[in-house]
Amino acid sequence: MLKFIKGHMTSIDGIEIFPVLSFVIFFSFFVAVTVWIYTMKKSKVDEIAHLPLENGNDYPFNKNSENEK
Amino acid sequence: MELEKFEYDNAIVKNFIIASAVFGLVGMLVGLIVASQLAFADFFNDNFLLKYISYGRIRPLHTNAVIFAFVGNGIFAGVYYSLPRLLKAPMWSKALSNLNFWGWQFIIVCAAVTLPLGMTTGKEYAELEWWIDILIALIWVAFGVNMFMTIIKRRERHLYVAIWFYIGTFITVAMLHIVNSFELPISFMKSYSWYAGVQDALVQWWYGHNAVAFFLTTPYLGLMYYFIPKAANRPVFSYRLSIVHFWALIFLYIWAGPHHLLYTALPDWAQTLGVAFSVMLIAPSWGGMLNGLLTLRGAWDRVRDDAVLKFMVVALTCYGMATFEGPLLSIKSVNAVGHYTDWIVGHVHIGGLGWNGFLTFGMLYYLIPKMWNTKLYSQSLANTHFWIGTLGIILYALPLYWAGFAQSLMWEEFTAEGALAYPNFLETVTQIQGMYQLRVLGGLLYFTGAGVMVYNLMKTAAQGTFAATEADQAPALPVTYTPSTNEYWHRVIERKPIQMLVFSLVVVAIGGIFEIIPTFLIKSNVPTITSVKPYTPLELEGRDLYIREGCYTCHSQMIRPFRSEVVRYDPVDQEYSKAGEFVYDHPFQWGSKRTGPDLHRVGNKYPDSWHFNHMLDPRTMSPGSIMPAYPWLLEDNIDYEMLPKKISAMQTLGVPYAEGYAERAIADAQAQAQKIVDNLAGDKIKTDKDKEIVALIAYLQRLGTDIKNKDLTK
Ligand code: HEC
Repeated sequence: MLKFIKGHMTSIDGIEIFPVLSFVIFFSFFVAVTVWIYTMKKSKVDEIAHLPLENGNDYPFNKNSENEK
Repeated sequence: MELEKFEYDNAIVKNFIIASAVFGLVGMLVGLIVASQLAFADFFNDNFLLKYISYGRIRPLHTNAVIFAFVGNGIFAGVYYSLPRLLKAPMWSKALSNLNFWGWQFIIVCAAVTLPLGMTTGKEYAELEWWIDILIALIWVAFGVNMFMTIIKRRERHLYVAIWFYIGTFITVAMLHIVNSFELPISFMKSYSWYAGVQDALVQWWYGHNAVAFFLTTPYLGLMYYFIPKAANRPVFSYRLSIVHFWALIFLYIWAGPHHLLYTALPDWAQTLGVAFSVMLIAPSWGGMLNGLLTLRGAWDRVRDDAVLKFMVVALTCYGMATFEGPLLSIKSVNAVGHYTDWIVGHVHIGGLGWNGFLTFGMLYYLIPKMWNTKLYSQSLANTHFWIGTLGIILYALPLYWAGFAQSLMWEEFTAEGALAYPNFLETVTQIQGMYQLRVLGGLLYFTGAGVMVYNLMKTAAQGTFAATEADQAPALPVTYTPSTNEYWHRVIERKPIQMLVFSLVVVAIGGIFEIIPTFLIKSNVPTITSVKPYTPLELEGRDLYIREGCYTCHSQMIRPFRSEVVRYDPVDQEYSKAGEFVYDHPFQWGSKRTGPDLHRVGNKYPDSWHFNHMLDPRTMSPGSIMPAYPWLLEDNIDYEMLPKKISAMQTLGVPYAEGYAERAIADAQAQAQKIVDNLAGDKIKTDKDKEIVALIAYLQRLGTDIKNKDLTK
């Protein structure tokens, strides 16, 4: 498989564009995520943030036998 | 709405916890042994010269044990506990849960047997042989299916951010593991990496760095986003921030791998990409750390006497330290100093001991009392654990930072006359022996602390009663869901796990595609050097022994283009390592740590007899050396019969041996071996052509010499 790739596709022009392109992709992605987050409704955000606490929100446990004080 | 009743399975969580604790102790113990082998080399060379516990074989055992057994089981324990509770649905299949558990433990046992036997692929953090790789892929998929089906059958519409981290982890680890494990098996014991040289290095560190990112970081961030709110008894400080944390982190991390290869023969543009993305990583990492710490803010008064919270505070602090140091070390000028030294080892242990270790401990101190319906047996023992553990981390890391700096400065110091100030590499090693000894002490403290914890938790379990299941109830999700009118694209993704999976995959695949594909496609990335020829069969055999003994755990084969390096490693021609020199290296053996000197130009540096004596006992040729002795290489026989197979395998991988060469391989190898034997006889050393040492010498004498045959370079 690799022999094939190595043998037949030997060049890509303008490799310098790769780093620039990758940065542009990341940047647009980041902006999109940020925009989305700040358009979320506060009530919804709070509701989701509370999910871990829904069942048995009981820490620290104060059940039986602690052998020190 | 009607409530459905169901039960969470705690038994599987318990199993993973026990496995994590047991293998954690074992992995740390092996770590202590390898640290002692460096700190007290004479003692080990004189008393414990057993090939199965030779440094180069059990150092990978240590790394594999703590990463995949200790942390791996910790991940599963945390996921199997938190995922069902966040989704209000038990794990989808008990059978898959059990398969996941037993399969994973079986893999660990296979690793524990094969690595000491010298069965290794020679690629760091991916040492396990091909059939174990296949098992890992299967078990990992079993885990993924179980997780996904649970998500699909959930009773909670929204996926909490911890679950995103789990999904990101699952899909990325699967991708990394499969791509990096392409190898051509030649027997049950042995395979060759599909890639060679620069390409192998790039794939390996794309994998290697992301093993840190997606095995040691993202799943633990998921656990953090679940257990810290639990322990602090309040929701995460900023849920919005946690979402940015997730997407930015998985996007950036996947590009960072090349920072392990700065100043190497990797093409410049790839190095630049690696640096840029590594530096940017500090933003989401610190965002995440602050998010965790600020969540604890509300419980600050309890941090003083609550073990769980204390461990989590230190875990987050160490996460912050490690993710500050990482970007710093990715800057080229800093990397030039830190790379190959103990600084890096210190850095990973801030992450390993501090972040992964302490977060696991915090989780266990929370889970055991909880699942056994009792209180922690002893808060004061937990406090003791906390303090000796913390002291252990400090005593581990500081000496290594010191050692790393000091050694690096010695490597590059020149006298006024322009000669190396420390021309003998060994001198820079003996100078830091004291630091190696302190490091053992740090490790010992940390290990003791973990032992205290296990005792405390066993006592806790003994005084409580284990609840194998925990009942809960919730209404079923309505089948049809009418989204509110102003729904944004992302909320759709966030509710739909499969889309989420695909989207994460796209995000992480972009980085891999951008980095890796061009290196494969462009010939100009690896300029060919005509004088570089394939290894002879005997040299190839020697190379396999080099891999088997894990010489790469102490020796690099990559001379960076610095004056201090070319003068040290190639005083005559001053050639640094070129990409074209590695085109037949399946796998590459550049190494990442110089406990011993670089070996890339060691060919022809010494006579054969020097190597013979040096391998028998390094201290005879280099007094005070901490290199292990390898007397078994003088006794064990070369398996000449395998050579035709090895040559054919290399041909399949594209190494240009002449058609039909495999049949002549044995005869050629034996002829070359006989020459070395005769040569040794000239120095009054008796051996015969069947001994492994002969093949190893052939390989060492070939290293880095091709480029010097100038007459062959057109
Ligand atoms: C624990 C770390 C360690 C391991 C493992 C190790 N070495 Fe070494 N090696 C050293 C140190 C330290 C030196 C420098 C002192 C000396 O010459 O012994 C060294 C020196 C050498 C040298 C001499 C290099 C020179 O330029 O002077 C060779 C050759 C060598 N090692 C080969 C090997 C081979 C082959 C293996 C695997 C079978 C191996 N080493 C495994 C630490 C190690």
